[in-house]
Amino acid sequence: MSMPNLHLAVALDGAGWAPDAWREPDARPAELFTARYWIDLIAEAEAGKLDFVTIEDALGVQSDDPAQVQGRLDAVLIASRVAPLTRHIGLVPTATVTHTEPFHISKAIATLDYVSRGRAGWRVQLSPKAGEAAHFGRRQVSIDTQASIQDLFDEAADYVEVVRRLWDSWEDDAEIRDAATGRFIDRDKLHYINFEGRFFSVKGPSITPRPPQGQPVVTALAHNDIPYRFAEKSADVVYVTPKDAADARHIVDQVKVRHVFADLVVFLEPVRSAAVLSDARVFTGTPAQLADLLLAWQEAGITGFRLRPGRLPSDLRGITRGLVPELQRRGVFRTQYEPGTLRDRLGLPRPANRYAAEGASVA
Amino acid sequence: MPKQIHLAAHFPGVNNTTVWSDPAAGSHIEFDSFVKLAQTAERARFDFFFLAEGLRLREQGGQIYDLDVVGRPDTFTVLAALAAVTEHLGLAGTINSTFNEPYEVARQFASLDHLSGGRAAWNVVTSWDAFTGENFRRGGFLAESDRYSRATQALETAKELYDSWPADAIAADKASGVFLRHPDAGTFRHTDQHFDISGRFNVPRSPQGGPVILQAGDSDAGREFAAATADAIFSRHGTLEDGQKFYTDVKDRLAKYGRERDSLKVLPAATFVLGDTDNDAQEKARVVRRQQVSGATAIKFLEQLWNRDLSAYDPEGPLPEIDPDVSDDHIARGRASVRMHRDPIATANEWRQKAEAEKLSIRDLIIEVTGRQTFIGSATTIAESINHLVQSDASDGFILVPHVTPGGLDEFAGTVVPLLQEKGVFRTEYEGSTLRENLGLAPR
Ligand SMILES: Cc1cc2nc3c(=O)[nH]c(=O)nc-3n(C[C@H](O)[C@H](O)[C@H](O)COP(=O)(O)O)c2cc1C
Repeated sequence: MSMPNLHLAVALDGAGWAPDAWREPDARPAELFTARYWIDLIAEAEAGKLDFVTIEDALGVQSDDPAQVQGRLDAVLIASRVAPLTRHIGLVPTATVTHTEPFHISKAIATLDYVSRGRAGWRVQLSPKAGEAAHFGRRQVSIDTQASIQDLFDEAADYVEVVRRLWDSWEDDAEIRDAATGRFIDRDKLHYINFEGRFFSVKGPSITPRPPQGQPVVTALAHNDIPYRFAEKSADVVYVTPKDAADARHIVDQVKVRHVFADLVVFLEPVRSAAVLSDARVFTGTPAQLADLLLAWQEAGITGFRLRPGRLPSDLRGITRGLVPELQRRGVFRTQYEPGTLRDRLGLPRPANRYAAEGASVA
Repeated sequence: MPKQIHLAAHFPGVNNTTVWSDPAAGSHIEFDSFVKLAQTAERARFDFFFLAEGLRLREQGGQIYDLDVVGRPDTFTVLAALAAVTEHLGLAGTINSTFNEPYEVARQFASLDHLSGGRAAWNVVTSWDAFTGENFRRGGFLAESDRYSRATQALETAKELYDSWPADAIAADKASGVFLRHPDAGTFRHTDQHFDISGRFNVPRSPQGGPVILQAGDSDAGREFAAATADAIFSRHGTLEDGQKFYTDVKDRLAKYGRERDSLKVLPAATFVLGDTDNDAQEKARVVRRQQVSGATAIKFLEQLWNRDLSAYDPEGPLPEIDPDVSDDHIARGRASVRMHRDPIATANEWRQKAEAEKLSIRDLIIEVTGRQTFIGSATTIAESINHLVQSDASDGFILVPHVTPGGLDEFAGTVVPLLQEKGVFRTEYEGSTLRENLGLAPR
């Protein structure tokens, strides 16, 4: 029997990815802003042995349409709230880089890694929206030209670089508690990151010691060339949006990232409506049909999938209670969690600390 | 009826209060430590759990300071996780108003308030220095004189954002298809000297209608800021006379903002050493203070006042004869306490006289002048002192800083708290479900 090797994540957003999902009979739209709602969803995903969940977020409202879900809680805080109540599933909140501080995000994701004991990731998100820029009033953001789009991604790449350097700014054994000399840390194992870039500079070191995974898992959604280059430089997992298996093969050839996950919006039967405007392909059908599609795309080089349930909780249950057992029957998905971190599960080694390596090469 | 006492648990931070060399000291980073202290505080029916903040590692003489605990996790993330393992305890985070933007901070606190069922509190601090600013995009961009105008406007903006959602905005009516009863919920526009922002806030009104506001600055401007906006004030004035002076001062400022004297709680920081008897506690306290101030730590403290490298001096010897360097370039960076020495030469002279008169070495002297153990004694003595200070209007309660992480509150919870409960001055059950209710504050 082949080793279970397919990676499965779900993307959680409000009541689901369909604008009218909140009106489904089992939807809980009045509870979207409670801890209970998120605990239940993520526990369901964990019961399905999924690799990780992503939690959508943005620095603005979703729409101006009072018939659609509006408002959302901070995704990093949702992930953190749920972390002590789960044991295995990876927690990958979305956080925007365009208007925020890399110093703050670096310690927040590092801390999520501590509270979850090595299950933290981060979905890096850019914001080109004028409305979100106005919430900060510090700058204008434009994507009128190829150059301005490139700038936004270059800034994001610098941001991720700063976050990664901050994660490495403490060597793993920097805390020594040496009572004999009275030193709590070995200061030679803490490092200024001294980042100076086109968009900002950051001194370091972090105030938070290196997290359990060393580097939590960085993920990003990418649709075409500029974001592909960004993902190659910055991400451990890239989410892409192929139309079909041939397109998947074509994309896999273009992005050199260890894990290429395909995004799919998923409606599992019974399907009442599947009305959704989407960048990703919309799947409607049975769990067995979805399993066929996943295996065909895996053949094309896709290493995992991030399924976006059209309706919550029903399509999440369709995934955990329909798709997962189907994949398990076919011997391509785990029946049990192995112990370990999110990196372990994804087969990503715990990275050496870049500064420790530097020190060692000097010595 | 006697005044009811409010108590909070301070997770020890990065100064020399924490005796990390104690064999009972555990991790100050691993989540289990936070769970342990928070659950002890909740079992003891404390009002809230408190986290301090520092956004740059301290330095002295151009090097990262290594004698105290160094490093801490992210405040919001820890508090959100603690909401999962506690039910009633307030969750107070120190978050700086200079290095954060109102939209982002407001949504983090509103999210924390939702995720904790109404237990969030924001300790608004205003450190502005360029040293800390080097970790942030815009660098050290604020003059000291602007720190409270930015804080005031940031907090005002945050409150506008919280209020931009009517409590009943969400209909979520499946039958009619109306999700939002008020289609313009969240709409805001704020323009002042520091912020020119507009749009829509994206977190619905939270259980408390916004976090409880704490304040911790001590200057005149800081006290004014507290009187105008805060629900509670975290002070350094934990003794009877000093406490009463401070208490009167800040409560007197409330009238001009149309506020009742009860609407602002005064909560000084306090450390404690418990013993079986008072003598036993005094003996333990002496040991703790020598652990807190090693010879090396004493020299570092002296350097902070002298603003010079004093590493050649013997901590067991006399104070330096040279005077402090009064130029601007402070040897210690990232430390609020350095600014407390307004006239270093005068302070140095006082210290020299004291050391001479009492025959104190450098280390002895520093132990004396930095000693901040507020309560030392048996459980009975400490319970009486706390109650006396509160009933004498030196405070409304205390924020307790144990010197051992994370078990340093266990004995207090097990011995002092029951005595306060017997006296009828401390709750035996939580009064309400939100922190605001437990602090006896009016709803927002
Ligand atoms: C008891 C107390 C605790 C404080 N804790 C912090 C802290 O954790 N983080 C911080 O940046 N500043 C802290 N501060 C500093 C003040 O909040 C304030 O930013 C600074 O003192 C400047 O204001 P001031 O001049 O009015 O004192 C604290 C101050 C006091 C009195």
